[in-house]
Amino acid sequence: MKLRWDTAVGVLLVAVFLTGLGTTDGFASRDNLAFAFNDIAEVALMALPMTLLVVAGQVDLSVASMLGLSSALTGQLWDAGWAFETIVPIVLLVGVAGGLLNGWLVTRVGLPSLAVTIGTLALYRGLASVVLGAGAITDFPETYAKWAVDTTTVPGTFLTYPVTLFIVLAAIAAVVLHATGVGRSLFAIGAQEDAAYFAGIRVKRLKLLLFVVSGLISAFAGVVFTLRYGSARADNGQGFEMLVIASVLLGGVDFDGGKGTLFGAVAGVLLIGVLKNLLTLNDVANEVQVIVTGLLLVASVLTPRLITTVSAWRHRRAAASTS
Amino acid sequence: MSVTIEKPDKPATAPEAARSARSLVDAVFRAREISIAGALVLLVLFTWIAEPRFLDDQGIKDLLLNAAILVLLAVGQSVVVITRNIDLSVGSVVGLSAFACGKFVSGTDHGALTVLALGLLVGAGCGIVSGALVSFGRVPALVVTLGMLYIIQGVDYWWAQGEQINAADVPESVLDLGSGSVLGIPYLPLIAFVVLAGTAYVLRTYRGGRELYAIGSSPEAARLAGVPIRRRVLAAYVFSGAVSGFGGALWLARFGTVVADNAHGWELTVVSAVVVGGVAIVGGTGTVWGAALGALLLTTIGSALAVLKVDSFWQDAIAGALLLAAISVDRIVRVRMTRALRKRSTR
Repeated sequence: MKLRWDTAVGVLLVAVFLTGLGTTDGFASRDNLAFAFNDIAEVALMALPMTLLVVAGQVDLSVASMLGLSSALTGQLWDAGWAFETIVPIVLLVGVAGGLLNGWLVTRVGLPSLAVTIGTLALYRGLASVVLGAGAITDFPETYAKWAVDTTTVPGTFLTYPVTLFIVLAAIAAVVLHATGVGRSLFAIGAQEDAAYFAGIRVKRLKLLLFVVSGLISAFAGVVFTLRYGSARADNGQGFEMLVIASVLLGGVDFDGGKGTLFGAVAGVLLIGVLKNLLTLNDVANEVQVIVTGLLLVASVLTPRLITTVSAWRHRRAAASTS
Repeated sequence: MSVTIEKPDKPATAPEAARSARSLVDAVFRAREISIAGALVLLVLFTWIAEPRFLDDQGIKDLLLNAAILVLLAVGQSVVVITRNIDLSVGSVVGLSAFACGKFVSGTDHGALTVLALGLLVGAGCGIVSGALVSFGRVPALVVTLGMLYIIQGVDYWWAQGEQINAADVPESVLDLGSGSVLGIPYLPLIAFVVLAGTAYVLRTYRGGRELYAIGSSPEAARLAGVPIRRRVLAAYVFSGAVSGFGGALWLARFGTVVADNAHGWELTVVSAVVVGGVAIVGGTGTVWGAALGALLLTTIGSALAVLKVDSFWQDAIAGALLLAAISVDRIVRVRMTRALRKRSTR
């Protein structure tokens, strides 16, 4: 049987989890698990649309900047005395607008998404600092913070709100990607865009839609981040784009497009989260955690490659010895 | 059975048409660099009129000094991007190399050349690892170099443990390299220019250089044409790493102060500079001159905003908008050109 990389990451995740259970006191407590997830909640949320984008052969580097812009906007509007219920829809609309700009430049002007989103990465982060400057706005009341912190749970369950939201969105994304025509179209676009176009798939419209969803979720992640830390800053989430992409790629989604599973991406995100938590609990320095993330990432692309090479070599040797 | 081979209609005009098409394409590429240079000149003129001190002796020196290291990195990055790959680890290589060099010279005097050589070696070492993984492991460059970014950064942080190298620990000979000048031109931009001109010459003239373009425009065709793809791609990464490491040593010379997260996040600035400079992210086209102009333009925007007393908060937004405008205009011009060429060739 051929070992699939996303299954392997799932197994690795379980192994790390069991290691934590066996070696670290308090690892499996509800509080710690809630904390471990909330700690990567925004990365996890943004990884969902990113998975669909990468499957379609695209990438969105502007997600973390959109998170920052959304956080800055939330803070500034709150400071100006707006109601939170009004702020959130406005911020989400800004996310949609940002996604539209990315998608428009990719589909209408015909630019590669990597180049476009490097541009909007700078643009949205810049707009965030224009909106809020270098300061921070921190006086969010407790009533709103409860939506994002790891100490409140959805009534009747042991899940925090960000976890619940993630589960719902991940389920939707999984169904869309693996059980609908849209999902099949995304794989087709990622595998061979021209072929997909001639097969009657509305390539441009789908790509545009993906960027819009990515912008929307990133803006939402900005609200979650702001409430979780109770602090709106223009540089919130700086560098998260790399972490989001790292988690997706770690889950075996092929950066060249056309291959990957949502299960793999979710396992990748959770693996990074659990590992981070476990290493922190065991007082492993932050620097080492960074190295581990990097090694995992390199291993995630190298291992399948090595396995193929080795099995091909064995195959050849077996063929040679029988003849 | 007899087959009459029909002669092409106008055998004489075909190469001529091809030649005129080629010169048109050439013109577009040249126009690309000229338009960036034009934007740069306009920006400098405008700022100079608003604030004459922008172009006094010190002002010009600052402009060149600010751009020098980014230009170096952009040159290295272009060589990689031309082969349809990317090196996201450059920022962390600069950080690691700057710290390694700082640690090496602390309180001693090894001379500036030794320090530069050390930086170069550290960078080349990182480049070999990334390059080998990309070319021999045949895995996506973005994933590998993203992983390398984390690994190198982690090693750097781990080694530094929050320690900082101060200018007081750095010997005069090294600091002189950062502040000294010859005939009024500071060393750093001079060094960057030499590397730039040398790279441009090799890319344009030598077979190995041309082959990088071949790999970028069509890896499959390049393979069939007998280009040693793996070796060339590895060489591109080693070059990019070496140049980044060299940049790290220059960083130490320029600033004297080094912390672990120097040049953190620079990878994206460098890639922006390269893309603004007209090196296509899908490989195969562009020149290091363009990339260097792109780097110069990006750093000059920063300086101009500061001189014009525009809120520095605007800087990122303007740089991003400019990048988008540059690549969009470029794309639109190219599409028009292709259409015009096609029309001409069917006529």
